[in-house]
Amino acid sequence: MSIVYRKSKGLTDAEMHYCPGCTHGVAHKLVAEALEELGLVGSAVGVAPVGCSVFAYNYFACDMHEAAHGRAPAVATGIKRVHPDLAVFTYQGDGDLAAIGTAEIVHAAMRGEKITTVFINNAIYGMTGGQMAPTTLVGQKATTAPFGRQKDHYGSPIRMAELLSTIDGCVYAERVTVVDVPNILKAKKAIKKAFQLQMAGAGFTFVEVLSTCPTNWGLTPLEAIGWLKANMIPYFPLGVYADRSEAK
Amino acid sequence: MAGKVSFDRNRCKGCELCVAVCPKHIIALDAATNVKGYHPATVERMEECTACASCARMCPDSVITVERV
Repeated sequence: MSIVYRKSKGLTDAEMHYCPGCTHGVAHKLVAEALEELGLVGSAVGVAPVGCSVFAYNYFACDMHEAAHGRAPAVATGIKRVHPDLAVFTYQGDGDLAAIGTAEIVHAAMRGEKITTVFINNAIYGMTGGQMAPTTLVGQKATTAPFGRQKDHYGSPIRMAELLSTIDGCVYAERVTVVDVPNILKAKKAIKKAFQLQMAGAGFTFVEVLSTCPTNWGLTPLEAIGWLKANMIPYFPLGVYADRSEAK
Repeated sequence: MAGKVSFDRNRCKGCELCVAVCPKHIIALDAATNVKGYHPATVERMEECTACASCARMCPDSVITVERV
């Protein structure tokens, strides 16, 4: 008898507080599995955001730090510069990274900070109750956009992987999703590559993960997966947007 | 090659993501509830399991362990 799959050693025994079917948990375990497979659980420091994943510091088995809203890349910068041999990552949602923390992420990328950012894009503010985020799709309903986001009024959603890919210091930017097993395997590969590039000293690495929010989308977990595939992937195409690792 | 799937029953939130990705369609929600009050996932015909681990990779709460027997 051999074990084919078990819970990653990169995760603690704490029970996750996420709603049933929320794919934050899938993204968490991919980060944990990548750290475990690269032998980095004992030498990694994660920086948790503000938002649904604020309790990420209870779930990862490595050292964790909490940052003020949106400031995770700035905190990670400090940690990495003091301890350049550690694997330093931030785990941030769209309300954290693409709204209040836009300046921090852009400038961390510009400086080419040797950190890895895992960005969870679920097109809504989850923890605070489903308000419109910078990533909310045009026409998508939110508590602060009850008739759906209107382009004339609020503009079009921001595409962070594309935006950061234009910055030279960002050596790797990929958008993935975790809504089915083939995509989960691709997402894990991307996260692992980002950590490998970081440890090779290449520069800033970024993985955007399209994720579901069944509760605030008002859908069942399975309906949410269908909605993400039908609506989010056409606007936020999956793929590698920057890979400057070969040029280094 | 046969497989054996075990669930950490009281940590399951009954989201059904594992039910949807099982290629053999052998996972279903239990009629009984767990300590959280959810109907946890369970395997109905374990002899058909191939240990592909799709359910475990999909599970957001890491409650599934897959063994090859």
